[in-house]
Amino acid sequence: MSHEKRTFEFYVLAAFFTLFVLFLYGPLSAILILSFQGETGGLTFPLNGVSLHWFANLFERQAVGDFGGSFKRSLVLGLMVMIVTVVVSLLAGLAFRQKFRGATALFYLAVASLVVPSIIISLGIGVVFQQVGFRPAWYTSAFGAHLTWTLPFGVLIMFAVFNRFSPAYEEAARDLGANSWQTFAHVVLPMIAPSLIGVGLFGFTLSYDEFARTLMTSGTFNTLPLEIYGMTTNVTTPVLYALGTVTTVFSFLVILATLGAILYVGRRRARV
Amino acid sequence: MTVALERPAIAAANPSKRRRFSHGAVTPYLQSAPLALILGAFLLLPIIMIVVVSFWDYDFAAMYPDLLTTNYSDVLGSWVTWKTYLNTIKFAAIVWALTLFIGFWVAYFLAFHIRTTAMQMVLFLVCTVPFLTSNIIRMISWIPVLGRNGLINSTLVHMGLVPKPIEWLLYSEFAVVLAMVHLYTLFMVTPIFNTLMRIDRSLVEAARDAGASGWQVLWNVIIPLAKPGMAIGTIFVVTLVMADFSTVQVMSGGQSASVALMMKNQMSLLQYPAAAANAVVLLVLVLLMVAGILRIVDIRKEL
Repeated sequence: MSHEKRTFEFYVLAAFFTLFVLFLYGPLSAILILSFQGETGGLTFPLNGVSLHWFANLFERQAVGDFGGSFKRSLVLGLMVMIVTVVVSLLAGLAFRQKFRGATALFYLAVASLVVPSIIISLGIGVVFQQVGFRPAWYTSAFGAHLTWTLPFGVLIMFAVFNRFSPAYEEAARDLGANSWQTFAHVVLPMIAPSLIGVGLFGFTLSYDEFARTLMTSGTFNTLPLEIYGMTTNVTTPVLYALGTVTTVFSFLVILATLGAILYVGRRRARV
Repeated sequence: MTVALERPAIAAANPSKRRRFSHGAVTPYLQSAPLALILGAFLLLPIIMIVVVSFWDYDFAAMYPDLLTTNYSDVLGSWVTWKTYLNTIKFAAIVWALTLFIGFWVAYFLAFHIRTTAMQMVLFLVCTVPFLTSNIIRMISWIPVLGRNGLINSTLVHMGLVPKPIEWLLYSEFAVVLAMVHLYTLFMVTPIFNTLMRIDRSLVEAARDAGASGWQVLWNVIIPLAKPGMAIGTIFVVTLVMADFSTVQVMSGGQSASVALMMKNQMSLLQYPAAAANAVVLLVLVLLMVAGILRIVDIRKEL
């Protein structure tokens, strides 16, 4: 099949795919360009000169709310969510390899976590905190709200990984005298490391960009997506685009770093 | 060397193997406990609380424990609510159809027309990367494209195709659907791509050898085998659209409504019990839809 001539179907679909990619990236590149808008320019093309004015504007605290603070909160929250998602998903993935009471119920609870509308979770957690008398904060209630979104992805990925994981490796390790901790640390963990990094990426980026779940649960201080959401209604200058460019570039860097890490781990494993 | 040295250790450890068996029975419970605790505290408890609160009384300042059904009769008895639900379902249906169409052909192209695995992965990543960036930014990014003086309008006017800018490009239902397709198509591409990659290529060859045309192979072999992926993608897209409020709010400029947006407005007016009653109705509707789709596919088998 691989040496057949390209068919007509191929060219039609290739064109369709190209259009799809343009559709995905076109608007993003528009705000990327417009964030360099000159000082007198507006929210649309054409560019009235080129400047870094709006980026400078971004870092003046009073101009656009608390960009620095909300960025820091989102970053820390994302890292917290990432660590917990990786650890809890890994443990749950290991648990699902064996039969235990309630396994099916827990699995479907994780699936439910994925399909329950995010605003319902936001409202529910907000009301629970209010009734118990806790003050909602980004590091407590919003943290939990984010986990209900990232954990199902992590658990489903680990479930898929262990479905394809041959127990032969562990049996071999055990036959060679490794105890269960050694088997896990030296055999299982290195084999699933790339998937774990992937789960970490999901955990971080989903949390970093999440806002429907943060809406009722963030407490006094905004996370970055909430800050941006607020800006969509009251900011009418390209500073909005500058913020978009900065956060998007940051997301791209995170993704690139993760892909690099996955490739690096894969290489090292291949060498060993 | 070490192998030979550690051999006796195994023999010595053998008696403890029997002990590990009973010890091992506890392990899965300990391993799954964190997940169960987190989902219990932040998913189950809040949902139970919403159900409870939906029967409570409230005024402008606070809520009062009660057992009223007025919140439900307000929700279900109002013509506005029904219209909003219908509108939300309409968005879900349109976006579902579009993402299924686009998602299938993109996944099909990647799975069957790209010849090397490396290229497949690169192109798949090209599709994935935007979905890992902020939803709101991706929504906002349509403004300079679709706006009154945006790229499309100024191009059309410049070329003389339209006398004045088209008004319905931005802040309209069209914009809402476009942005949703933009935001959610990957949730369709990924599961379909996953199932297509697992189709045994010899099935396609067998169909060809038996004289099937390209379309017959597609219609009678590939699409039936891709159904589980389509079902999972459908669950994602339908639940995301049913829960959406931000896209509707930003892209329609306040001219269109969705159930979640209605809830959000009730919440900002501190009408939590009313929002809770709405939440229960929405949740039941979404779970019914998902249950219907799950009858077609067993997710555990597809992972």
